[in-house]
Amino acid sequence: MSTFFLILILLLGFLITFQIAKASEYVGVLKGEKKNFEQHNRINGFMMIVFLVLGLIGVYWCNELYRGKILGESASKHGEDIDRMLYITIAITGVVFVLTQVLLFWFAYKYQYSDKRKAHYYPHDNRLEILWTVVPAIALTVLVGFGLFYWFRITGEAPQDALQVEVTGKQFGWIFRYPGKDQTFGKKYYQNISDKDNNQLGLLWDDGNTHDDIVVTNEMYCVVNKPVKLIIGSRDVIHDVGLVYFRQKMDAVPGTPTTLWFTPKYTTDQMKKKLGNPDFVYEISCDQMCGRGHYTMRGIVTVVTEDEYKLWLAKQQPIYAQIMQDKAPAPAAGADSTKSTAGKTTAEVKAAVTTEPVAKLAKN
Amino acid sequence: MSNETALHGHPEVDTHDDARLDEHGDHHHHQSFITKYVFSMDHKMICKQFLITGITWGIIGGLMSVLFRLQLGYPDAHFQILEDIFGSKWAKGGQIQPEFYYALVTMHGTILVFFVLTGGLSGTFANFLIPLQIGARDMASPMLNMLSYWFFFGASVVMMTSLFIQTGPASGGWTSYPPLSALGDASEGSKTGMDLWIVSMAMFVVSSLLGGLNYISTVLNMRTKGMSMTRLPLTIWALLFTAILGVLSFPVLLSGFILLLFDRHGGTSFYLSDIFLTETNKALPNEGGSAILYQHLFWFLGHPEVYIIILPAMGLVSEVMSVNSRKPIFGYMAMVGSLFAIAVLAFLVWAHHMFVTGLNPFLGSVFVLLTLLIAVPSAIKVFNWLTTLWRGNIRFTPAMLFAIGFVSTFISGGLTGIFLGNSTLDIQLHDTLFVVAHFHIVMGVSGILGMFAGIYHWFPKMYGRYMNPTLGYIHFWVTFAGAYLIFWPMHYEGLAGLPRRYLDYSNWISFNQFGDLNRFISTVAMITFAVQLLFVFNFFYSIFKGRRVTTRNPWGATTLEWTTPIQHLHGNWPGEIPEVHRWPYDYAKDGRDFIPQTEPLGANESAH
Repeated sequence: MSTFFLILILLLGFLITFQIAKASEYVGVLKGEKKNFEQHNRINGFMMIVFLVLGLIGVYWCNELYRGKILGESASKHGEDIDRMLYITIAITGVVFVLTQVLLFWFAYKYQYSDKRKAHYYPHDNRLEILWTVVPAIALTVLVGFGLFYWFRITGEAPQDALQVEVTGKQFGWIFRYPGKDQTFGKKYYQNISDKDNNQLGLLWDDGNTHDDIVVTNEMYCVVNKPVKLIIGSRDVIHDVGLVYFRQKMDAVPGTPTTLWFTPKYTTDQMKKKLGNPDFVYEISCDQMCGRGHYTMRGIVTVVTEDEYKLWLAKQQPIYAQIMQDKAPAPAAGADSTKSTAGKTTAEVKAAVTTEPVAKLAKN
Repeated sequence: MSNETALHGHPEVDTHDDARLDEHGDHHHHQSFITKYVFSMDHKMICKQFLITGITWGIIGGLMSVLFRLQLGYPDAHFQILEDIFGSKWAKGGQIQPEFYYALVTMHGTILVFFVLTGGLSGTFANFLIPLQIGARDMASPMLNMLSYWFFFGASVVMMTSLFIQTGPASGGWTSYPPLSALGDASEGSKTGMDLWIVSMAMFVVSSLLGGLNYISTVLNMRTKGMSMTRLPLTIWALLFTAILGVLSFPVLLSGFILLLFDRHGGTSFYLSDIFLTETNKALPNEGGSAILYQHLFWFLGHPEVYIIILPAMGLVSEVMSVNSRKPIFGYMAMVGSLFAIAVLAFLVWAHHMFVTGLNPFLGSVFVLLTLLIAVPSAIKVFNWLTTLWRGNIRFTPAMLFAIGFVSTFISGGLTGIFLGNSTLDIQLHDTLFVVAHFHIVMGVSGILGMFAGIYHWFPKMYGRYMNPTLGYIHFWVTFAGAYLIFWPMHYEGLAGLPRRYLDYSNWISFNQFGDLNRFISTVAMITFAVQLLFVFNFFYSIFKGRRVTTRNPWGATTLEWTTPIQHLHGNWPGEIPEVHRWPYDYAKDGRDFIPQTEPLGANESAH
């Protein structure tokens, strides 16, 4: 019923507007075309200046309203570069924006039709053309210069000691793989993927390197102030790893691995305090249209201290061991042997994670 | 029909025109409704067909945006009426379902970009203005011209059909990236809807090529005596470059679509590799393809496409602005040169859409350089428009208001392009609402404002009547203010990283801070859409009931179209086609308000 009334009101509004417009056309004919034109011209000329003033106030007000809601301090070192680039660009384009918009509306207002004015015949002036070819070119050179300097810094090779995590997107979630104690990702082949058998990535068990690989879903861990390199892929359609607080983004393309790396500056707990939001987590958003669940494809990056990370890693059981354990109950005799290997692998992993990173830290 | 085509002769044989026109005049009386209004080969009728089809699509596409803005503004609300209209599959409980939402955004994009701002804009004004402004009796090939419209119509029918099928229309975004668009099991919209989308787009490409080749050959070969290239109005230059862009880039898009069709139905692996679908729990056999290949093929058209939209608008605005400032366009040669530069660079920047696809960073840096280079000719154009206004004597006709609005939005959207073209910033801004705000302002809003400027300005020529100016003023101010109110704050959402193509942000800790703003934007979008309906009403009402045009040249313009009789006739001019003696922008010269192009240079007068 309310919809019906809404449509009725809309139609009524239309009708009234139309009648007024029609009437003003008739009045115009009666008043004389010239007088009518001049009156309309003055109103529109005045509107130009009104729009400019209200527009600039609106721009300022909008900025006041929302500048606290766009991202604050970046949570990665690369993000600092991106933010700096953003402010340089805003400064340069801001000046151009205000200058050109003011000129546009001010000229429109100032040079509106008047009986007394004669338009000035001014078809071209090469000096002016050169001026506004060269000045924008210089400004853009500055922007390109800064941009590429930061771009190469961000997209350059990740440091050797970076923590490596493989990220795989699927409809609609994220799968993460850690290389385990051997620091090598085992081989995988997509034809081996089987959600039923808990082999979400299609790891090849013939390759011994897979046996200590750790696979987790939805939430990944990394270490504060330690570079982390993501090796990104997809199981089905194109997704995108969007890390808004780290100012990072990279597509996940099936069949073509991509990478990105960054160094987190704050742990998740530190960010909670910084932002005053106890629910805060670093989110991974899918930024490439991937189907009906695109807007829900959420992952979490938990940034922790080195010790917390080791503790977390120690609790993880390699996927190989998990699968063997699941299969275990079938034959009684075989069960023991698999259990023991599984147990052994877990123990090995524990040993690895407790010793290796510490050794590396000591080197640094 | 054969004598119609014979009519479009070279200037040398124009002496016979009188006799042939008489003969033709007789022929006119025999025209049936079908040949006059439906399968017409008259460029002026084809222009109207394009325009009205474009407006129809504009209403549908706009309505779609209202629907998905409803969802974005009120993600938790239940609108029972939606379920009543669209059924429980698409709007269960009065809430827009994800498949429906994605179908809406995909169709909104496809319709507005291709059917409204390419077909509707280029189709209308190239058809109308090219013969009239260069002094030709019709297009080089009226037959191809007619086919161009009917292929467009066919594309429209197929696209429209896809809205009504059970699995819904294509829903992988207007870019339709595979593998999502290649695999029916990955998405409902990738089933039959996607096939229809490809067929429709293929027909659209054919339409665009037939039209484009015709425009190019007409401009190059059929100019009247004295109409050298440097005496062409800027509208014609813009439409010529647009046609060239289209002819060179649309075939590449078509090739991309055909490979996609093969992948969908032929078992090939151009774009597919290493895919396991959760939906069916099966791994596909395809290996070795590259999903990124499609993006290269798509954006090789996709980027020129945005210039295919904006160049005609620039041309229309240049003309309207000069006429209504009563002053020559400033820097004619610089305007032509910058159009040319934009047209060339348009082909060299496509990969700036792909900075985060894993593109080699070095390659990325080349595209940064070339992309930001485009800002230079754009800046030249803006400053030339500003100088055109300077010391003019400006008449604010509705067309002029839209032209000024165009310059304003083109500046705003152009400047945000400098953000996105810079790969460093694109990492943060890519695929966020910042991109949405940017291309809506610079391509969508500017394109449509330019189109409105053209419609209001040439409506008297098209239909022999005026549109109601008061409704025009209301239309302009609400649309212009609405566009800024919708898209300006949207940039802030993008800076905060809100990804595009999300129908609900409330479950995200990083993105849920803009609920009020989304409601505000949705409200403004609905008001702005309602005002477009006012325009549509004004348009159709004025065709039949508008105030009649009583003089040939109501705006006091110099160009040739205003020398034709108010009543349209096939062949445009009774008798000989007028000869041209000067450039089209002699306004305020030597103390005269304007000097038509057909007037010979005075004894002491210098050419501009």
